[in-house]
Amino acid sequence: MKIINPLIIVLVLVALAYFGVKAGLTALFGVVIPYIAIVIFLLGFIYKVIGWAKSPVPFRIPTTCGQEKSLPWIKQNKLDNPSSTLGVVIRMALEIFLFRSLFRNTKAEVYEGAKLKYGSNKWLWLGGIVFHWSFLIILVRHSRLFLEPIPGFITFLEKADSFMQVGVPLFYMTDAGILAAVTYLFLRRVVEPQIKYLSMPADYFPLYLILSIAITGVLMRYFIRVDVVNIKALARGLVTFQPTIPDGIGVLFYIHLFLVSVLAIYFPFSKLMHLGGVFLSPTRNLANNNRAVRHINPWNPDIKIRTYEEYEDEFREHMKKVGLPVDKE
Amino acid sequence: MVKMLEAEELAKDITETPSLLNGKGPDREWMDTPAEFRDGNWAYSAKTKAIESLKMPYARDWSPGDEDWKLPENWKEIISEGFRERLDKFRSFKVFMDICVRCGACADKCHFFLGSGDPKNMPVLRAELLRSVYRNDFTLAGKLLKKFAGARPLTMEVVKEWFLYFFQCTECRRCSVYCPYGIDTAEITMMARELLNLVGININWIMDPAANCNRTGNHLGIEPHTFKTVVESLCEDIEDVTGITINPSFNRKGAEILFITPSGDVFADPGVYTMMGYIMLFEHIGLDYTLSTYASEGGNFGLFNSNELMKKLNAKMYHEAERLGVKWILGGECGHMWRVINQYMDTMNGPTPSYMEDPVSPITGTKFENAVSTKMVHIMEFTADLIKHNKLKLDKSRNDHVRATFHDSCNPSRAMGMLDEPRYVLNNVLNNFFEMPDNTIREQTFCCGAGSGLNTEEIMDVRMRGALPRATALNHVVEKHDVNMLSCVCAIDRATLLALTQYWAPDVEVSGVTELVANALIMEGENEVRDCDLREEPYLGVED
Repeated sequence: MKIINPLIIVLVLVALAYFGVKAGLTALFGVVIPYIAIVIFLLGFIYKVIGWAKSPVPFRIPTTCGQEKSLPWIKQNKLDNPSSTLGVVIRMALEIFLFRSLFRNTKAEVYEGAKLKYGSNKWLWLGGIVFHWSFLIILVRHSRLFLEPIPGFITFLEKADSFMQVGVPLFYMTDAGILAAVTYLFLRRVVEPQIKYLSMPADYFPLYLILSIAITGVLMRYFIRVDVVNIKALARGLVTFQPTIPDGIGVLFYIHLFLVSVLAIYFPFSKLMHLGGVFLSPTRNLANNNRAVRHINPWNPDIKIRTYEEYEDEFREHMKKVGLPVDKE
Repeated sequence: MVKMLEAEELAKDITETPSLLNGKGPDREWMDTPAEFRDGNWAYSAKTKAIESLKMPYARDWSPGDEDWKLPENWKEIISEGFRERLDKFRSFKVFMDICVRCGACADKCHFFLGSGDPKNMPVLRAELLRSVYRNDFTLAGKLLKKFAGARPLTMEVVKEWFLYFFQCTECRRCSVYCPYGIDTAEITMMARELLNLVGININWIMDPAANCNRTGNHLGIEPHTFKTVVESLCEDIEDVTGITINPSFNRKGAEILFITPSGDVFADPGVYTMMGYIMLFEHIGLDYTLSTYASEGGNFGLFNSNELMKKLNAKMYHEAERLGVKWILGGECGHMWRVINQYMDTMNGPTPSYMEDPVSPITGTKFENAVSTKMVHIMEFTADLIKHNKLKLDKSRNDHVRATFHDSCNPSRAMGMLDEPRYVLNNVLNNFFEMPDNTIREQTFCCGAGSGLNTEEIMDVRMRGALPRATALNHVVEKHDVNMLSCVCAIDRATLLALTQYWAPDVEVSGVTELVANALIMEGENEVRDCDLREEPYLGVED
């Protein structure tokens, strides 16, 4: 159920867009919903990040994944246990751009006699990194629809992405990348018992949604051609706040756009917010220099402690008997 | 005491009983599976005396095994309000509630999962136990979409589930190493335990030591006069072995250094040998130090209960340093003690008393730059520096009867990163040192199975399951290199690993690193023939 239901929801969304556009609601799906979506996405994202940022970081709690800085002749692991801001920036960059922690992943297996073995397991890392980088590059490539003239780096990116020079129109590697990666990320949630068990509808839903977006996009580029000039006119209309609905844009485009809008609306309320949250994770974005630089807790509570005086008052006679020094005779 | 399966039977059970560990998942979704309380999987509740002595709420007679936990009438409001308060106070908590994508990288990283196959021991699901309630009470998606968004209301069943699984997490942080966002289950467990604590749900093995520590200065509740006499009896043992008489000072004003170690080192076997080791080491180098009976505990069971209690117990260190007028503090071998000192102490109870000084080794002149604010140095940092500067007279061969491996304790590894110092020391005091497999040491080390206040007898089944990954790695080097000593820098380990070896690897003994240092020390004025180690085991080549 948890696997099928989210699929049904995505199919219903596709049907909504299809029949809506067929019924002539192009302005709704081409202009109104995208505008609403982008507003909800931006406000929701900002609201969420501000919400996190409003909570203080009372303690400096990095997870140290390498040798600390201690004696000068002991080699510190500056990447995995940084003690300076620069080190933290590098650690975070490796985390965000290369998924360094995920790269450590192992797979444990139990053998007869409860023996455990840990094998290297980089598939999740590979699937994750192909998916995220493909998604990002595809997103950036799409800005050619919004910008006039098209900036040089977009053209460069397109060239790089299609450097294999296969097919007409030229085939983008990232298109294959995102389809393969999302498929893998989906399959592991269905096939691997541990992952299947811990997955929730909210894990399948975004996968179906993104897969549908990618499929509709690929269909439009390679198989069912749509009028790109008119699509660009619509996109330009949106970003210049002079929305128009040109004729002759296929329904496939509206489905694609609607699913993207749903993704944008869903984003701030879901786990997809890891995009923003990863920057704020206190176990990664702080230096392990607690003993050298004091960290301040803004709400450090006043706690009444049991003072030495109270302690001595209770035990004074015993202490004197064994010759322990006391403050008060 | 609960009857335990034999090790072989338990191994068979772990391997063969269908579970997520061997690829056969349960049919029922976890949210529909109530927590199962059975003998050996839950710890006894805190006694009223301990709760009252700490002036904490809802002291009462109750047992987790009972149907009725006798919670205050408005327990739901208390937890919900406490939840909100903590979301506002801890960014870690708030972010970790929101951003998990359930990628599953953490799933098989938890020692309790690897020893039980219980789905709720996968760190991701352990956190979901809390997240599901968070979504229900605090997020729009959870309120609107309910179960689709992974939300469920807070019920008594949920509270019982929290109790079971948040006292089945040792806050070891291994999962957090692999998490792409650094989500730290220790942080989540700490929050959950604070929430439970608000309605008077706590376990005796944590609250009793905490109450003791508050009153007498140490977890074991040893009063000052006894503390002194026990240390003195250890000195007599030193004299028996070495012929040297040592008289350490107590509560001495004007000492240069205050030495604080877990009380387990003073009172529990085999920790006592480590304590003897410290005393011999300090005598050897002529250190001007004192022990305190008031701050006679390095460990801090407050860490396992709430940040407030942690602060309360930790405050004694600076309070005593100030009273005695020491320049800086040297800390003994202990895991969670060093989590507190490295990550919490200065923030909670600093800044340090004004006349404390930057820690400088009086023997080598080395300034411990990494501790200039907290002014507390780890004994391994201190000893490594001594050895590097050739200040110790060592005869490695005195440890030739020892074939040692090193267990990285969770907190010094993942909340500090003290990995190479103890190894440097070990390699300089013994000839036979062997590492366990890569995936089980350093930052990837496995917990002893009973950290964070879980080293209590009544959950031995859970403990021995959690100990399995460490035991498997240990047995690997036992078979390959005839290892007979599991050394570590943690007092809790010295208690818990003993249970581990007795159960899973009976031929292996457990020691602190400083014990092995002292074994190798050539002391001035020692017996002409020093023929045995601190345990009075004969040195290799010496006839019995």
